[in-house]
Amino acid sequence: MMTAFDEMHAADGSVRDNYQAYAEWLRAMPAEVTARKREEADLLFHRIGITFAVYGEDAGTERLIPFDIVPRIIAAREWQRIEQGLKQRVQALNAFLHDIYHDQEILRAGRIPAAQVLGNSQYRKEMQGVDVAGKVYAHVAGIDLVRADHGGKRGEYYVLEDNLRTPSGVSYMLEDRRMMMRLFPDLFARQAVAPVEHYPDLLLSTLRTLSPPAEGDPNVVLLTPGQYNSAYFEHAFLAQQMGIELVEGNDLFVSEDTVFMRTTHGPRRVDVIYRRLDDDFLDPLAFRKDSMLGVPGLFAAYRAGRVTLANAVGTGIADDKAMYIHVPEMIRFYCGEEPILSNVPTWELGKTEDLKYALANLPELVVKEVHGSGGYGMLVGPTASKDEIRLFREKIVAAPERYIAQPTLSLSTCPIFVEQGIAPRHIDLRPFVLSGTEVCMVPGGLTRVALKEGSLVVNSSQGGGTKDTWVLQE
Amino acid sequence: MLSSTADHLYWMARSMERAENTARMLDVTYRLALLRHDEAKPFQEWTAMLTISGLYEKYVERHGLVSAENVLHFMSLDEGNPSSIHTSLYNARENARAVRGTISQEMWETINHTWLEMRDTTRAMLSGDKVSAFFEWVKDRSHMSRGVTHGTMLRDDGFRFLRLGTFLERGDNTARLLDVKYHILLPSLAEVGGAADYYQWSAVLRSLSALSSYRKVYRDLITPRRVAELLILRRDVPRSLAACASEVNRLAQELGGPRSRELIRRTGLLDAELRYGIIDDIMVAGLHEYLTAYLERVYGIADQVNRTYFWAVDAPLAADPALA
Repeated sequence: MMTAFDEMHAADGSVRDNYQAYAEWLRAMPAEVTARKREEADLLFHRIGITFAVYGEDAGTERLIPFDIVPRIIAAREWQRIEQGLKQRVQALNAFLHDIYHDQEILRAGRIPAAQVLGNSQYRKEMQGVDVAGKVYAHVAGIDLVRADHGGKRGEYYVLEDNLRTPSGVSYMLEDRRMMMRLFPDLFARQAVAPVEHYPDLLLSTLRTLSPPAEGDPNVVLLTPGQYNSAYFEHAFLAQQMGIELVEGNDLFVSEDTVFMRTTHGPRRVDVIYRRLDDDFLDPLAFRKDSMLGVPGLFAAYRAGRVTLANAVGTGIADDKAMYIHVPEMIRFYCGEEPILSNVPTWELGKTEDLKYALANLPELVVKEVHGSGGYGMLVGPTASKDEIRLFREKIVAAPERYIAQPTLSLSTCPIFVEQGIAPRHIDLRPFVLSGTEVCMVPGGLTRVALKEGSLVVNSSQGGGTKDTWVLQE
Repeated sequence: MLSSTADHLYWMARSMERAENTARMLDVTYRLALLRHDEAKPFQEWTAMLTISGLYEKYVERHGLVSAENVLHFMSLDEGNPSSIHTSLYNARENARAVRGTISQEMWETINHTWLEMRDTTRAMLSGDKVSAFFEWVKDRSHMSRGVTHGTMLRDDGFRFLRLGTFLERGDNTARLLDVKYHILLPSLAEVGGAADYYQWSAVLRSLSALSSYRKVYRDLITPRRVAELLILRRDVPRSLAACASEVNRLAQELGGPRSRELIRRTGLLDAELRYGIIDDIMVAGLHEYLTAYLERVYGIADQVNRTYFWAVDAPLAADPALA
């Protein structure tokens, strides 16, 4: 496999501009200071780790999400382009969702096959014709970016995945920054790093701008599935940071198409729900009848325009892998522009040519199932055994239209601290894009890092950690 | 604030207070049992404690015959006993966990740490003379949790619900503790004023951290009448019924709300009766009878707290006929 793009060092081993100040600081730091700082960091991680850990099945035991102290540093100009690309992409995705649930012009224009949309299990016919506030569907979008050398381009950013349902991870972004500032205040004095701490304020104002008409200040709440959800820490953290109520389904009820929360002073109207609960569980009267987590009547209130849900119901149709291929076309159709950020080159196996190519090159490709999110039904060619490839080939041949294939990108690397100093590990980036009356975001996002040498898997459940992400200010 | 959040805070505080009071109750029973040697009625003190806590039947169902060691285990470590120290500290922690975003980081760490230590406590660690150290530990953790709450928590309705839980539970427990000694352990009037009686009453006072208060207030012999007066009517004694009722009434008024009229009526009435009551009236009517009636009223107030704040009706206020 070719060597990956290194975020810190150029091919000739010299330090890239965006890492100059950091490298200088690192060089000047005596080994014993480094060691002491790492010890201090371990202690702090331990304390922070406890806050991340207490909710799961083994409540009370510690499950640390590893955090590495070498920042991922992005140059100002580079970020400007990413930010423009993200805004463009999220605007197009929101326009697509509005269109699909109204006039379906993009289908009538033949730019996306109608069957792929209307026949998709993520298409919610209940949303057809429903007007949502500000025509915004994906209020919070987590767009996964990877950086790689591919097709002659060095260190190109690619969009790997759009997450438009209930993307998580932003609490780690905020905690990572807090940790770095505690550990290395002098680093932040050396160069201007764009702040991220105002994310909760941006989120709250985004949510408030799309409230239905309210008496006085809109009442915004965060709806969580509860304390046994793996992201509960983040739900509690964000609610606390925004100063809003963290509610569960039982705290809410609907009366005459209006949502109320049960308070010690009687029912209080709820205007905006930042929900971290999947569509299926929102309302047992409208969706899954066995849902104990939702609020009966919520969807009727929503359809009546009496409450704003963020994200909207039915966004899954836009972040499905079958739609991913079409996002560049959405950008052209709705924005009249060429996409600023590229998709990873993708073969649609429903197409004869693409299928032929993929079947001939399976050991080099990543093959993904289009319906549903997550790593189910996925083949990673380079690490799969011959038997696995053979079995997967059979599945593909049986229903090729259910799969897409992509080249195995060698994700860019960034140094992490290991026992013997620093060593490169693969990383990705999830910026969080907020859409209210305007699209905005804090610079950077969550950088995930594969801690195992050579591993491309950055998920925290599989040995991934996180890093603070710096966008330099000019 | 959210009814469910208030409910969790209230029970978090009640559970922590209950753990502390159970430790106090066990402590005094342990001391009393060491003082008495009535061969005809072994373990009489332990039986009395179970009865007054309303746990006698539950105990018999789980352990059969009363013995000091088994009752100690039942009240300290037994997960099947809804009022054991183990269960109380577990409940405190589970309620705290549900409202982590509302309480301070330090409060959570204190309560969580307490539970983790409790979870690792074994029967062997409570044997023999180590049991007193365990009671001290429970009290220490409760003191610490209260101190952290005072030192770090925003003085909003959340804080008031915590305090409401604390004082309702404390009043209830002081009354029970007083009742154990007075009604059931008092063998006959002949013994009143005797040496054994003196030690017993001082044990009760000590278990409520009120012995030195007694000395300061009365500067005289310990008599049952004065002990009752101190623990029922003295508002400056922090675990007295009067002090608890006064706090509960103040908190109910501060919390207020559109459904609070009946609650405030009840807490106000109880507070006024304790504020203007005299010990002679209580003794004439009978201390046990008085305490039994008091416990019923505290129970009624707790029920009214549920109705007022936690079990909110679903209809918006204007549509609620009860409030029309």
